[in-house]
Amino acid sequence: MSGFLDMGGHAATVWPAYGVTIALLVALVVVSLVSSRRRHRNLERLERELHGEGNP
Amino acid sequence: MTPSFHRLANPARFQKFARRALPWSWAVAVLAIGSGFVWGLALSPADYQQGDTVRVMYVHVPAAWMAMACYGLMALLSAFFLVWKHQLAGIAALAAAPVGACFTAIALITGSLWGKPTWGTWWVWDARLTSVLVLFFLYLGYLALAGAFDDRSRGLRAASLLALVGIINLPIIKFSVDWWNTLHQPASILRAGGPSIHASMLWPLMITALGFAAFLVAILLVRIRSELALWRTEALMRRHTRGAP
Repeated sequence: MSGFLDMGGHAATVWPAYGVTIALLVALVVVSLVSSRRRHRNLERLERELHGEGNP
Repeated sequence: MTPSFHRLANPARFQKFARRALPWSWAVAVLAIGSGFVWGLALSPADYQQGDTVRVMYVHVPAAWMAMACYGLMALLSAFFLVWKHQLAGIAALAAAPVGACFTAIALITGSLWGKPTWGTWWVWDARLTSVLVLFFLYLGYLALAGAFDDRSRGLRAASLLALVGIINLPIIKFSVDWWNTLHQPASILRAGGPSIHASMLWPLMITALGFAAFLVAILLVRIRSELALWRTEALMRRHTRGAP
């Protein structure tokens, strides 16, 4: 196991490469999902408001 | 273009397609990236020259492929937007830009990490590395232009033009390792005569690439739906303000 973690002496190369990849992809997913949810909520609220005005 | 593209160019049909395709593309992305990473980190052999640093390849190469594929897609969509005025195509290109920038950043960072033990330097201004850095700035420039105008459509048109001009960079990236002397190695997968790497390394590479491609599809669907919601909100607000006494 320690040999695996050590990566033949190249732990400082291999692990950060995978770490950065996962971190950037996860960050992209989180940012995209959060902003998508906010935009859909705004749209639904606006549609409700406009609909409400048209039909008092 | 195929009829299916025209069908998808309709936002309502696109929404239906996105809802059906999203769970599948997320599932393939997670499974393939997960198994590709385990295979690349634990099961594939160390290289006889590079030792374990070769494992960086399984993230670096697929990320670089996605960085270029995403740009090609963005430029194609921008052309549809500019020439045929397909609003959805322009919006899809806008949704793709940050994804492409992200994959380009991954390719640059992992390449730099790999370069240090292999070439003895983090960075060198040679043709391959420089042209990929230009790709990164093309993505950023596209996003800056798209957001630089009060009128979103005008910004998107300007940015789409930049996306089209920038496509010249794609063949430069691909052939940079053949045209110029460079530290970067030449193509070993997409080359005449077939791949030159052993199957024990080719498999984890291709599985990770499949996972990244599925990730690209999934995140694009999420981001296009998000942009559509924003554009529809603003269109409704404009119509409402105009219609108000």
